[in-house]
Amino acid sequence: MNPLYGRRKLKNRIAMTLSLLATAFGAGWLVLILAVLLWEGFSGLSLQVFTEMTPPPGSDGGLLNAIVGSLMVTVIAVLIGTPIGILAGTYMAEYGRYAILTTIVRFINDILLSAPSIVVGLFIYEVMVAPMGHFSGIAGAVALAVLVIPVVVRTTEDMLLLVPNQLREAATALGMPRVNVIRHVCYRAAQAGMLTGVLLAVARISGETAPLLFTALNNQFWSTNLNAPMSSLPVVIFQFALSPYADWQKLAWTGALIITFTVLALSITARALVSSRKTS
Amino acid sequence: MSIAQATPQVAAPTVVNAAVDRSKLTEKISIRNLDFYYGDAKALKGITLPLYGGLVTAFIGPSGCGKSTLLRILNRMYDLYPNQRAEGEVLFDGENLLSPKQDLNHLRARVGMVFQKPTPFPMTIFENIAFGIRLYERLSKSEINDRVESALRRAALWDEVKDKLMANGLSLSGGQQQRLCIARTVAVRPEVILFDEPCSALDPISTAKIEELIDELKEDYTIAIVTHNMQQAARVSDYTAFMYLGELVEFDPTSKIFTTPNDPRTQDYITGRFG
Repeated sequence: MNPLYGRRKLKNRIAMTLSLLATAFGAGWLVLILAVLLWEGFSGLSLQVFTEMTPPPGSDGGLLNAIVGSLMVTVIAVLIGTPIGILAGTYMAEYGRYAILTTIVRFINDILLSAPSIVVGLFIYEVMVAPMGHFSGIAGAVALAVLVIPVVVRTTEDMLLLVPNQLREAATALGMPRVNVIRHVCYRAAQAGMLTGVLLAVARISGETAPLLFTALNNQFWSTNLNAPMSSLPVVIFQFALSPYADWQKLAWTGALIITFTVLALSITARALVSSRKTS
Repeated sequence: MSIAQATPQVAAPTVVNAAVDRSKLTEKISIRNLDFYYGDAKALKGITLPLYGGLVTAFIGPSGCGKSTLLRILNRMYDLYPNQRAEGEVLFDGENLLSPKQDLNHLRARVGMVFQKPTPFPMTIFENIAFGIRLYERLSKSEINDRVESALRRAALWDEVKDKLMANGLSLSGGQQQRLCIARTVAVRPEVILFDEPCSALDPISTAKIEELIDELKEDYTIAIVTHNMQQAARVSDYTAFMYLGELVEFDPTSKIFTTPNDPRTQDYITGRFG
């Protein structure tokens, strides 16, 4: 055999082994985390978790108030953040594609996208919690909305930029006003991708703890009052996992399992949407 | 002199359209001293040319000669992009359509355009057509249905899609998609239709269908077509403009351009010596 060819084959084998090992190392931790989570959390999973309030140490209970709190805060955050994000992304991709403002906004948005969430929590504490004088669910929702916006802005812009210009020209050539072109042609062509952006934003905020600690805080009891402190899964997990009580720790594991698999389901849905868009 | 005059003439494509009596023609669009710039680059240089009402005018020339650019001025499509500007006059029924006061959406409803790549909207076949109609007219449901049907018949597509009007426009074949785009354009009832290389992405059978269509459409519309295919220009057009490097080299009845062109560059191009 050609000696050059043999050496190349050897090099190839070494490189492939190294990259396989690196992949296995990375994926291994993920599998380990999921396995431990299932092991510890699954045994605590029962109907009680979804029907009863968080208990005082030593007695039975569930996570109902935390789950409902999380749902409320997340839904409100998405309702606040999505319209802002979509409108901003639309400006950047459609109206202001060549504007300097777009370049500046995109840069700031990228910073916001990677900003530590605890900073966002502190910010909302300063502008909402401190003036109001107390922690509240709505402050938590606003803090999470601030995290939703950059994700939605980014995906909306990216997805609209993928819509071919020919489609815009074709619609414009019919005498269609710009707002109709965007609403009926561009949005329709980009809707799967834009929805994916919103799902990814939900996935991102549903595990956030730090911004909620400074805003919604926590609540031992059933409360749907947005003007009062509100319970949420991540904060309950944080509090219960650090506690010395075994039954609280057990509930924390179960909560963690619920969040992880919700996020996993959302990510898979988002991916399925994107790939169905590609094949259609 | 040029090679064209030194060598014997190569057979040019046959021309079917007879010469038209020029004195009876009306200028639907008059292009006068038109310059066009992409940023600092001048893409069109002093173009002066009429588009006669009820006739087909073909624009031919090598890639980059400015023929598509010229077409995109006639419906102000270039306005979508920054740093592109036109200078000069383009009179459409006597009014300068380059004027800043021109209502662009109204202009584009009157000057329709069919593009190189078929561009159905991501909606049903029916909606693809009804959408444009609803932009400018308030019609009842049955009127819309009639208009959609007549547009599809006009584009020779009705028989192929009448049973699947609710199917996605993107599910059609390339040639069908292009005819859908023509139907969509016709449905808005424009006065002028611009075709920008409408057949370059299509197979010969679809191409023949579309050429036939153009021939029928010219009874009601003024048509301008950009094409790389000289046989096509010869087949469908009454007048032909040959452009080269942003200039209009020659504009004459198609029969004359393809048999006895005045300019040696035209001669070279139509006989396939360059371009």
